Amino acid sequence: MATKPTPRVRVPAQAKPGELIEIKTLISHEMESGQRKDAAGKTVPRKIINKFIAAFNGKIVFEAEWNPAISANPYQSFFYKASETGEFTFTWKDDDGSDYVATNKLTVA
Amino acid sequence: MVLNPAHASRREALGLAAIAGLAAILAPRMSFATEKMVTDEIKKLYGDKTFESGKIKLDVPEIAENGLVVPVNVEVESPMTEADHVKSVHVFAEGNPLPGVVSYKFTPACGKASASTRMRLAETQNIVCIAEMSNGKLHMAKANVKVTIGGCGG
Repeated sequence: MATKPTPRVRVPAQAKPGELIEIKTLISHEMESGQRKDAAGKTVPRKIINKFIAAFNGKIVFEAEWNPAISANPYQSFFYKASETGEFTFTWKDDDGSDYVATNKLTVA
Repeated sequence: MVLNPAHASRREALGLAAIAGLAAILAPRMSFATEKMVTDEIKKLYGDKTFESGKIKLDVPEIAENGLVVPVNVEVESPMTEADHVKSVHVFAEGNPLPGVVSYKFTPACGKASASTRMRLAETQNIVCIAEMSNGKLHMAKANVKVTIGGCGG
């Protein structure tokens, strides 16, 4: 699979102060576990996204460290208590060093 | 009840042995090697500390038809304030080639210590979940998942 991983994030656009919102994220990635063997019997090298970081206005609110046991096209959801208007930055860190980033605005009123 | 793998009482040990024996009959391919890897991994993180039960809601399907995509939801009871919140949560799989599944770091900004993802399971096995609270207390929960089709290229 040569396509570039595409992140998809669902965050409500608006929230009331103190409201608990659920953030759902999905990124296309094959998450090669490093356990599989190809047709020639050679082990396919591991290549997964090993970390997911969610930050709000630059401050980290949630982190997930993924192991090869995480499914392909990894899904992650978590909660956030809305307090102020700002922007989420979601970062996925690949084994090969690349970062995939998505941003989402949240208006609190 | 206090759960400590190192100092389990005789009754608990017997009970665990009975469960393990039953599991061995049900799933002959169950690898006990990684069960030890899970214990070692937990030891590496928290040493010989004791684990309490309760507080954790580990939500996994009882039967997973496809081991490639098994939803796993963890929810830990906590007010999530600066003074009292869930710091981290680790999920381990006892029957996978590698013990680790996922490690979460929560902050009070989360408001609720709950997260969902999807994992691969090689075979029928136990899922172990550990939560570390801000006051240093540790909680543990276990759940069994029956896997029909394994998720490791099988």
